Amino acid sequence: MDYLDHLEAEAIYILREVAGQFEKPALLFSGGKDSITLVHLAQKAFRPGKFPFPLVHIDTGHNFPETISYRDEMVERINEKLIVGYVQDSINQGKVVEQKGKNASRNALQTTTLLDVIEKYQFDACIGGARRDEEKARAKERIFSVRDEFGQWDPKLQRPELWSLYNGKIHKGENVRVFPISNWTELDVWNYIKREQIPLPSIYFSHKRDVITRNGQLMAASAFLNMDKEDIISNRSVRFRTVGDMTCTAAVASEAYLIDDIIDEISSSKISERGARMDDKVSEAAMEDRKKGGYF
Amino acid sequence: MDILRFITAGSVDDGKSTLIGRLLYDSGSILADQLEALHSSNRKNDDGTIDLAILTDGLKAEREQGITIDVAYKYFQTEKRKFIIADAPGHIQYTRNMVTGASNSELAIILIDARNGVSEQTIRHSFLVSLLALPHVVVCINKMDMVDYSETVFNDIKVAYLQIAEKLNLKEVTFIPVSALKGDNIVNESQAMPWYEGQSLLHYLETVALVPEHPFEHGRMPVQWVIRPQTDALHDYRGYAGRMVSGTLKVNDDVVVQPSGFHTSISRIEFAEQTLEKAEKGMSVTLHLKDDVDVSRGDMLVATSNQPLRSKNIVADFCWMDARPLDTSVMYLLQHHSKQTKCKVQEICYKVNISNLEEHAATDFKLNDIGRVVIKTSDPVTFDHYEQNPSNGGAILIDPRTNLTVAALLFRQAVDL
Repeated sequence: MDYLDHLEAEAIYILREVAGQFEKPALLFSGGKDSITLVHLAQKAFRPGKFPFPLVHIDTGHNFPETISYRDEMVERINEKLIVGYVQDSINQGKVVEQKGKNASRNALQTTTLLDVIEKYQFDACIGGARRDEEKARAKERIFSVRDEFGQWDPKLQRPELWSLYNGKIHKGENVRVFPISNWTELDVWNYIKREQIPLPSIYFSHKRDVITRNGQLMAASAFLNMDKEDIISNRSVRFRTVGDMTCTAAVASEAYLIDDIIDEISSSKISERGARMDDKVSEAAMEDRKKGGYF
Repeated sequence: MDILRFITAGSVDDGKSTLIGRLLYDSGSILADQLEALHSSNRKNDDGTIDLAILTDGLKAEREQGITIDVAYKYFQTEKRKFIIADAPGHIQYTRNMVTGASNSELAIILIDARNGVSEQTIRHSFLVSLLALPHVVVCINKMDMVDYSETVFNDIKVAYLQIAEKLNLKEVTFIPVSALKGDNIVNESQAMPWYEGQSLLHYLETVALVPEHPFEHGRMPVQWVIRPQTDALHDYRGYAGRMVSGTLKVNDDVVVQPSGFHTSISRIEFAEQTLEKAEKGMSVTLHLKDDVDVSRGDMLVATSNQPLRSKNIVADFCWMDARPLDTSVMYLLQHHSKQTKCKVQEICYKVNISNLEEHAATDFKLNDIGRVVIKTSDPVTFDHYEQNPSNGGAILIDPRTNLTVAALLFRQAVDL
């Protein structure tokens, strides 16, 4: 088996384990390439049947419009159920407070909305597209990652995962985050997308966009970004390597218009994928701390 | 391109983290922003060079304590292969992490400090590697720079290790003299050891043969999920979805549904809306059967020509992984593939002192204890002897009170009562 066949078979196996072990699973869909890959894998795992879970999108309201139109077209094409949880609702309910200042972002607020959605629908497993090569804390997280009722991850209390036996037993109120593409790297995902000809939102490919430079990163100019006189807008050829909230996802200067260009670009890149995520730049343990707090 | 999964066993003192860091660094797998973080860190080697061990430290808790508390996975690739490293800590209290990492690996790198030679820890790690039947072992004799790159030191350690390897029945052992700190024989061949004519570690990892000469060829597929669309167009569609754990199953092959024992044959094999002629080890597929027999999650479809063992009473090697010790009065849950069944530990045969490999009688099993037990299950379990077919010979035990995974089992034989 080629390495992509191996990774694909492993991910399908994990998705089917979720279906078999849990009562009310869900697939967390962000509109990014990793969760798009998960949806593709779920089709391979369960067709010609329906998915045994809905898709769940936690919508910060600060999305790239291209992501939302992709999401809606995809849901119609695959004919599966989509549940959307709105961060704006959590703000309106006073559960979270919008950040202030120049680098304000709704990224951290998503956790509350996610936990509310999990509680409302009583989800016992949430499938996510996180990969271990992304970040140090993720490198240590299990494929079945048990969270307490506050969504918290305890790195010291992880269950050993032997062979391909995943223990999804939980107490009431707990839930499991499941990461079927844990063992994939960014390059693996792109090579797979190319091989499978999976359509992607246009923002992954090079396009002209108004951007400002902040902390050495290119940020898309938008109404969601707090800008002042010091921020000078320029129109440049850019693309996005990860797709999150518009306020925390930086663009990279790029002339990669086709998938092959992107694969070449990543193969020769000297910056890691999450190097373009402001949310990870907060501190050395930013991801570890967020995971302990219930983040994806 | 294929994938090699390997585990690195050794402690911080043996320079394990430095070795992995060196492997990633010299093979060009470290990116600029990670390198920048590395250079800006306060931790440096005594001679002021960057401390490559930082690359494998994950959690804040570990950095504060300067230890590795859990298995971390690292990824890199060269033009020849993709590699997945399970980085398991070497301290005695973390046997469970090493067993976990080794269960998903095909190769182990065992690190020995050239100044100390074979230690108790070396024996422990080698025992675990042999218990889990890893096909390849590479012994990296590290810190050669501290012993003047001495061939005699290398050879003495090699001779001492070969005695252990023989005792443990380790099949393929390769020895490489290295200095992870200086980079000798990790990625690049060492200039300092002209007497060594073998390959560098990376070259070995890139070229070692992964397909065994005599693979276990008998088809087994645990059923994970039954696909039943129940639409008008696909009213009678029943597909049994699962991943092949060993061997090959072809269309028209006779199969038995275990544990019920129904005989039938394969009418169709599907993968993602394509029809296949055969399903091989590692593939996730959907099988269709000729007869309308009762099959559900937890059952296993096996080749009629060679069937696995089937029993409610099984002898197994046993590794306890929980802080709360084994309680032989508790009804645990055994998980073997998609099958879960109640299970009690009937008898403790012995425990192994893994520092000197001696077996001794025991009445208890505590965290990181390893030995042999007899279990009794409420439903029959369908398995192969671990050494013959590891992918159908392992199981875990779950404590119903805590839901934690508390033990690993390696099946050795069925007991007739």
